[in-house]
Amino acid sequence: MIRFDSVSKAYRGTTRPALGNVTLEILRGEFVFLVGASGSGKSTFLRLVLREETSSSGAVHVLGQHLNTIANRRVPYFRRNLGVVFQDFRLLPNKTVFNNVAFTLQVIGKSRGFIQEAVPDALKMVGLAGKSGRYPHELSGGEQQRVAIARAVVNKPAILLADEPTGNLDPATSAGIMTLLERINLGGTTVVMATHDAGIVDQMKRRVIELISGQIVRDEREGGYQTQAIPLQDFRFAEASAAVSSTGDFAASMTGGTAR
Amino acid sequence: MRVGLVLGEAMSGLRRNASMVVAVVLVTFISLTFVGAAILLQMQIGQMKGYWYDRAQVAVFLCTEVDSTGNCTEAAATREQIDAVRAQLASPTLAPFIKKVEFESHDQAYKNFQDQFGSSPIASFVTPEVLNESFRVNLVNPSDADVLIESLSATQGVQAVQDQRGYLDQIFAVLNAASYAAVGLASLMLIAAVLLISTTIRMSAFSRRRELGIMRLVGASNRFIQTPFILEGVFAALLGSLLAGAAVVLLVKFFVQGYLATTLKTTTTLVGLNDAAIVVPILVIVGAALAASSAGVAISRYLRV
Repeated sequence: MIRFDSVSKAYRGTTRPALGNVTLEILRGEFVFLVGASGSGKSTFLRLVLREETSSSGAVHVLGQHLNTIANRRVPYFRRNLGVVFQDFRLLPNKTVFNNVAFTLQVIGKSRGFIQEAVPDALKMVGLAGKSGRYPHELSGGEQQRVAIARAVVNKPAILLADEPTGNLDPATSAGIMTLLERINLGGTTVVMATHDAGIVDQMKRRVIELISGQIVRDEREGGYQTQAIPLQDFRFAEASAAVSSTGDFAASMTGGTAR
Repeated sequence: MRVGLVLGEAMSGLRRNASMVVAVVLVTFISLTFVGAAILLQMQIGQMKGYWYDRAQVAVFLCTEVDSTGNCTEAAATREQIDAVRAQLASPTLAPFIKKVEFESHDQAYKNFQDQFGSSPIASFVTPEVLNESFRVNLVNPSDADVLIESLSATQGVQAVQDQRGYLDQIFAVLNAASYAAVGLASLMLIAAVLLISTTIRMSAFSRRRELGIMRLVGASNRFIQTPFILEGVFAALLGSLLAGAAVVLLVKFFVQGYLATTLKTTTTLVGLNDAAIVVPILVIVGAALAASSAGVAISRYLRV
């Protein structure tokens, strides 16, 4: 699905790379959390997958495409297989919920008939079936993010990228969004989510990739937001610790992940 | 690609940017009117050349008793000398260039002179003997005048060989200068128009950057993204060039065919509506092409993937 082979990315005019020698593979149907402090390279990782940036060195393969060599004019068609959700929703304020979702299908040239079927389906899936005529400013933050998710998945992408989708939402609403993302993942879509929300990561017990200063310092199955100083290589021990952290109180973890 | 959606986007861009669009329309209108005027002027020059060069003659002036210039020695050309010139004009070397030769005697020259200058005091001093006899030669191709000038200038009894096109060329030089001035003005205005179009398109793109961002994110093709903007620029420029075309037609109809034709009477031919009909499509195509290319360049920065 997504494969990075010793990928480095340095932005112009900086000495320290945003990503340094990152090698990883994300398989079909996985749900991956990308954690790390601001500036650790999470967004750069997502931008590389989206081909908004190209790597300075190393090869990025997504969905069988070599993104370092893909022709510029092929990039739009490549992106049609990806869905993206952002912290700030990025809805069009002058379009209704229905039209916001329909817009993505219109601009990639889908037929009217297809749009009339696919958009209500997507809205129903995110639980907004009754609000298709509303405008974004009439909705709560959680509902707006649901619209954004509907927009991201309406074209049935193979990969859903989420850049801190719960960053602007309260814990209860966030939990709802996570349930939704989980359901999308169960439908076979690979989900990669960058987040700071420790509670969510601890509760979901999915694969966790932690970045510090552009380096992968941890890649754990069923991991938590933080780990108890477990070396990257010791997976046996890592699984044990994940099991321990999962016993922590859910409510406590939601308040900031201090349970460990 | 969905045509309706693209057109709708272009129309909403035009509406949102109305004042800039009006500016684009006016600037292209004025600049293309200058372009049209320059083209018409060139056409007019072409027509006048065709008209006058056909009538322009090469005059071979013969000596009189008072001439000391050229080959003259203050003696009138003798009959033998005149016959020699006539023979030379009829010779196989010159005959192919010549369409018609007329001989103007002293008396005819005097009569023409009196017709032209009869009312002026100088006419009373002039006698037929003072005026040159001359051969008036119409050439098959007026630009071959040099051949005649070269071969006859050295002939005895010939005072001068003169190409009347020389007088016309001065007039054409003035008209040419006018048309170059119009082209210069037009190109300045066109530069302004191009910059204005690209600014307008950039503003339009900036006001829609959210949509553009989402379009790029979900994989709208570059062509789909840029077409509405290019259409927006082309539409505005097209409006301007159609106005310019109308202005050119009106110019021909009311100024050239109305004012100039009545003032100049039948002294020369003038450009007509059929010439304007050639100019209008040129203006429309130039306007549309300029707008499309400048809008395309302006939008390209939003297309970088």
